[in-house]
Amino acid sequence: MHPVTTAHYLALSAALLLIGTVGVLTRRNIVIILMSIELILNAVNINLVAFSHALRNVNGQIFAIFVITDAVAEAAVGLGILIALFRNKETVQADEIDLLKW
Amino acid sequence: MLTDTFLFYVFALLVLGGAVFTITRRNAVHSAISLIVSLMGVAGLYLLQKAEFLFAVQIVLYIGGIMVLFLFVIMLVNLDQAAHERQFNRQWLVALVAVGLAGAQIGWFLYKGAASFRIGDSVAQPLAPGGGNVEQVADALFSEYLLPFEVASILLLVAVVGSVVMAKKRI
Repeated sequence: MHPVTTAHYLALSAALLLIGTVGVLTRRNIVIILMSIELILNAVNINLVAFSHALRNVNGQIFAIFVITDAVAEAAVGLGILIALFRNKETVQADEIDLLKW
Repeated sequence: MLTDTFLFYVFALLVLGGAVFTITRRNAVHSAISLIVSLMGVAGLYLLQKAEFLFAVQIVLYIGGIMVLFLFVIMLVNLDQAAHERQFNRQWLVALVAVGLAGAQIGWFLYKGAASFRIGDSVAQPLAPGGGNVEQVADALFSEYLLPFEVASILLLVAVVGSVVMAKKRI
């Protein structure tokens, strides 16, 4: 077996990013759309840590910490919005929330 | 070296398998559990790359924090009816084509540039002096990145206030 290089990690991260994007673009359930966003942010983190490891520099891991912070804030606010939405519209399907659509 | 390669493929399988199950399951709880598997695979990859602090953060924050938040919301919001409806929207074919194009582009760039990513593979030098990974992260975080660190705490405060305001019935 070949040793694992940075390119392996980048390919894995690209695959995870694409799976997450498919989830965001095709699912109707807002909870699962938010989970797909978490997948995308994790793909970014894999990239950052892979380059941090390859360059022997800890800065990439610091940026990964900031990305995780943003992911936490995003999940908290997003789920709060989802609860407010469910209280007002009684639906969690993204394409039924079309008040602003013409 | 062989163990590393083997573990990489095991974790990659966990990550990608969990991700695919996350976006295809009908039941949101099953999706959340698959996402936990995927995030544990990512944590394993961090450990494989000697990022021990991020490994701990991934387990404690993502699997312990965010996923519990997701499961709480799944219980608060009634998803039974949503599980019996159509799961994918009408534009799914367009979305798949667009993602396929983007994937072809990323794959082409990776294929062309894969040779230039061998930056530190042959160099077996140890990481910079000054203790283990946690010490290094703390050192960089509290000296070079002190201002972004404090700004991140303001961001978290705003997120806490925002989520309480959003989820509260009457303010």
